[in-house]
Amino acid sequence: MTSLDLLFAAFGLVAVLAGLLAVTTTRVVHAAMWLVVALGSLAGCFLVLGAEFIALVQVLIYVGAIVVLVLFALMLTRSPVGPQREVSVGPRRRVLAAGVGAAAAGLLLAVLVPVATVLPERTVTSTETMARDLFGIWVWPFELLSLLLLTALVAAFAVSRMDSPAEGARAADVAAAPGDPERGLP
Amino acid sequence: MTGLDLTVVEIVLRSAAVLAAFLVLPLLVGQMEHKVMGHMQGRLGPMYAGGFHGWAQLVADGVKFIQKEDLTPAAADRRLFRIAPALALVPYLVAMAVVPVHPGWVAADVPASALFVLVASGVSILGMLVAGWASANKYSLIGGMRSAAQLLAYELPLVLAVASVCLAAGTLSLTGIIDAWSPVWLLWQLPAALVFLVAAVAELNRPPFDMPIADAEIVMGPFTEYGGLRFAFFLLAEYAGIVLFSVLFAVLFLGGWRGPAPAWTGWLWTLLKALPVAFLIIWMRVAWPRLREDQLQRLAWLGLVPVALGQLALTAVVVVAL
Repeated sequence: MTSLDLLFAAFGLVAVLAGLLAVTTTRVVHAAMWLVVALGSLAGCFLVLGAEFIALVQVLIYVGAIVVLVLFALMLTRSPVGPQREVSVGPRRRVLAAGVGAAAAGLLLAVLVPVATVLPERTVTSTETMARDLFGIWVWPFELLSLLLLTALVAAFAVSRMDSPAEGARAADVAAAPGDPERGLP
Repeated sequence: MTGLDLTVVEIVLRSAAVLAAFLVLPLLVGQMEHKVMGHMQGRLGPMYAGGFHGWAQLVADGVKFIQKEDLTPAAADRRLFRIAPALALVPYLVAMAVVPVHPGWVAADVPASALFVLVASGVSILGMLVAGWASANKYSLIGGMRSAAQLLAYELPLVLAVASVCLAAGTLSLTGIIDAWSPVWLLWQLPAALVFLVAAVAELNRPPFDMPIADAEIVMGPFTEYGGLRFAFFLLAEYAGIVLFSVLFAVLFLGGWRGPAPAWTGWLWTLLKALPVAFLIIWMRVAWPRLREDQLQRLAWLGLVPVALGQLALTAVVVVAL
């Protein structure tokens, strides 16, 4: 048990606790803030494991962008100060959610615990090594993923700019002035 | 990893040095802002506190802030309202620890320090968002929303500009970037430098990008309900941000401590290069009117992001070709 192991355990514990608080709190913005703590602790875990770049990117993307986006969305919608009873669900769905969560955790544990009997050598992964692997061995999956993201981005733009059919018809009505043969009738 | 082989005394000394810089440099920038703005607007600025040209004005302001009552609005989310100023301030303190100012003078020489600074500045903005929401005030909420939209828009060009420099240097370490720097970069990385400067001012919510705090229309936005020491923390965070981004600009684009003089003057060069940048950021506040929200978004997405992407492509082509 080295100090790094202790640090890892501490970060992991904080991440789990913050995650639990994030899903159990009835204040939506508090949930987002607990998410910040959970994601930050996860970055701490990465850091202890010697993956500095991943840890920093984790904070930059998740805390610096995703959570900001979540907060932005919450501010645009209803997010009063104080508990929101209407967002909390009944006991049946709570039990169901807890069951699904426990099952997922159990599955992961069943896979990971047998592997964890031998203590692996802790190596510091330099950014160069990671870049070489990413753009060497894993270059095709990487490019495929970026293509997927690009497609999703373009699609998101298309969806947000697309008029609903009713609105489109109304716009055509307005545009097609009577006596304008070229426009035709809707 | 470095940092683990330091003695406790060394760690304490380094932390104390960073804290001292963190407490002194923002005050210098603040005083410079008072004076520069004053003279640019045809007035003198503070003249009485401390005697000589009002040098102690900010100290007096600090004393005034401490004496004020610590108010929390009844409708506010108390816990987040109280945490928000710290959330805005502390990341800048942490970020300052990794910025090198002199050969061998860096409190914590982490391998990916350029990325680290970006991460810290990104986390700091969270403080403003939380402050805007937790105040339970409609002006604050509008300010918080504008702040979030601005952050999302300007974080991207900022990261891309820094990525271009890192690509040119072949390292994510600020120390490594200074070592790799050559005067050709002044021209080669010029677009990235401009993008970085504009995006940095926007990250700091300084005029002309102060739509989120627009005092004349939404009454300081997220800071409306803050007073006393907590408000002072937000101000300190802003000035610390100016210091951080000025020094970072000097390190990334102007070669940091390098200069035509004996080696021991390195830290002096860093300061000499960072000072005009801080001056420029203050000058922008005096010179330009506030950008409207749509102009602000347009500038980021149609101006800065394409320029930054073009610069990144140019850097990559030159690095691969040479």
